[in-house]
Amino acid sequence: MSVLDPNNGIAFRRPIRSVRWFGERVSHRLDMRTLSVCLVLLAVAVAIALVTLASGEYQVPLPDVVRALLGQAEGRIHMVVVEWRLPRTALALILGGALGMGGAIFQSLTRNPLGSPDIIGFDAGAYTGALVVIILMGGSYYAIAGGALIGGLVTALLVYALAYSRGVQGFRLIIVGIGVSAMLTSLNTWMLLRAKLEVAMAAAIWGAGTLNGLGLDRLGPAALILAVLVPLALLMSRPMAQLELGDDAARALGVNAERTRLGLLVLGVALTATVTATAGPIGFVALAAPQLARRITGTAGVSMVPSAAMGALLLAGADYLAQRAFAPTQLPVGIVTVSLGGVYFVWLLLREARRQ
Amino acid sequence: MSTAVATSRDLARQEEKRPGVAQSNATRFGWLLVAIAVLVMVLIASVAIGSKDIAVGTVFDALFAYNDSDDHAIIQALRVPRTLMGLVVGAALGMSGALIQALTRNPLADPGILGVNAGAAFFVVLAVGLFGITTVQGYVWFAFLGAIVTTVVVYGVGSAGRAGATPVRLTLAGVAIGAVLSGISSGITLLNPAIFDRMRQWGAGSLVAPGYETLWAVLPFIAVGLVIAMLVARPLNAVALGDDLAAALGANMGRTRTLVVIATTLLAGASTAAAGPIGFVGLMVPHVARWIVGPDQRWIFLFTLVLAPVLLLSSDIVGRLVMRPGELQVGIVTAFVGAPVLIALARRRKVSGL
Repeated sequence: MSVLDPNNGIAFRRPIRSVRWFGERVSHRLDMRTLSVCLVLLAVAVAIALVTLASGEYQVPLPDVVRALLGQAEGRIHMVVVEWRLPRTALALILGGALGMGGAIFQSLTRNPLGSPDIIGFDAGAYTGALVVIILMGGSYYAIAGGALIGGLVTALLVYALAYSRGVQGFRLIIVGIGVSAMLTSLNTWMLLRAKLEVAMAAAIWGAGTLNGLGLDRLGPAALILAVLVPLALLMSRPMAQLELGDDAARALGVNAERTRLGLLVLGVALTATVTATAGPIGFVALAAPQLARRITGTAGVSMVPSAAMGALLLAGADYLAQRAFAPTQLPVGIVTVSLGGVYFVWLLLREARRQ
Repeated sequence: MSTAVATSRDLARQEEKRPGVAQSNATRFGWLLVAIAVLVMVLIASVAIGSKDIAVGTVFDALFAYNDSDDHAIIQALRVPRTLMGLVVGAALGMSGALIQALTRNPLADPGILGVNAGAAFFVVLAVGLFGITTVQGYVWFAFLGAIVTTVVVYGVGSAGRAGATPVRLTLAGVAIGAVLSGISSGITLLNPAIFDRMRQWGAGSLVAPGYETLWAVLPFIAVGLVIAMLVARPLNAVALGDDLAAALGANMGRTRTLVVIATTLLAGASTAAAGPIGFVGLMVPHVARWIVGPDQRWIFLFTLVLAPVLLLSSDIVGRLVMRPGELQVGIVTAFVGAPVLIALARRRKVSGL
């Protein structure tokens, strides 16, 4: 394919197809390599999910799992696969996707591979909110989720307000975020130190991020919220790429830089907040998924869809290990994402180095 | 190299290029004298203030005309060792942060990036879990060993391949390996209440160590680290211009990077071993120094050396005052003392846009 192909625009030696629907009223450039990577990642994620559904104290053969999912299994198998195991596994997939997408937004906004919602203090604030509820009030699941949500959102707002003076600039946002989250992290350490050992441990397990014991009643709300957030985020993916060119270039392309940044910030926080409220602050997926996806697709910047697919894969895989690695002991999934994601990342860096 | 990473480096470079508050060497020197005066006052305050307040006159008597009174004994046996520990650990933490920020050209980098804290914590978990060690003196060498081993592995992964240890690869390798170790650490602690309890104490960070034993143990490593830091300050100025330009100017990039990593490991490893993981000092103080003096690493290092102990010691003093007669661990206080300053500076200074 030539670099300047009249049908496909500038291809930069990447396989690009243009798709047009409704008599060219809707058109979109598709990067075929990115598309195929996304499909493969999703296929692997679903395969892992199927294996997770099959395994446990009560083993179900894979064909029976598929039959149960299609609504053709009876009695015990239906109960185990669809009612007990499916909500948790589905949560792992969609929450992982949300984390990857949120991470991509933040790394693009800050243009920093260390960029993540932690940067504006969301996770630290959510943990503070949850700790207050757990330690001072001994709250229920919903109280903890509410506390985390309020803590995280108030912190994010505070950081944004403190960083605001005639617009928010990336660098100032980062510095203010560091300051506020450092203070909250200290506060969290102090609360954990003062609490009784059992309470502190329960709180720390929540703080690591865990899917243990999450059922259908948690899946419903999370899926509903994400069904609204994800399309909104996808609509912003093109302005997000344009904003990466710098404010001036983005304005020249017709992007309202300040409004786009605020919109992306809100969406990134909302995606992360949904996960934190549901399962606690699951670490590392938001940080690693965009970078892993970028390295596999070979694109210049981070992008939302591959990051989401990678996030789903990471969390689904981590959840399988969290359940099975030390069975019957159930690990918090956050611990596994952190270790597993880290190992994979190291492997990828080494492989990249060998290829050069 | 990715666009995302390249632009983040441009951003850091834009920020670093901005002149500081003090624009001539004479005013920088004046500021340095002010900073040193503040440090001296904080040192005296750290000896005088505590759960038992001691008059400044008595403090000087205890130092220069010792008699066996209670006040003198408190000062000689407890307050002075603790203050010296704060001075040394503070300087080491600040300097390790300044080094790693200069090397990676990433304003978010702190010594933790090289996996120092995660490595130290992991080895302390092993010390408690496998060997049943429960004394602070017992942890010191495990923590130090953990910090060194981890940094060597991070550097190995980060520098694999022909491109060598580029800042981005080093940062990503550090984050990844640090994550693996802290994941395993929290896995072990969350399954074992006794280890969890130990680790939440150690993790808060504290300057309290009876006598000088710990201080003498880590001092040689910190001294070597500081000397190396002073030697690489000038080549690091060239690093800020980008790898190609630095090489064209005659800076030996490979040697500079290796020296910086060695110095950072010694400084951060030794201070973490002595006082536990104390965050924020290494991250914040170099930013403040840069705001005062501008982009010259030699001045940044000098100011960091003075300002970091000021932050650590004043945090320690605050920790002694807020919950009398109890105390708050210094690692918990540093962020509360330092963060408001950092935020105020970020709001006041006009920073260049993205």
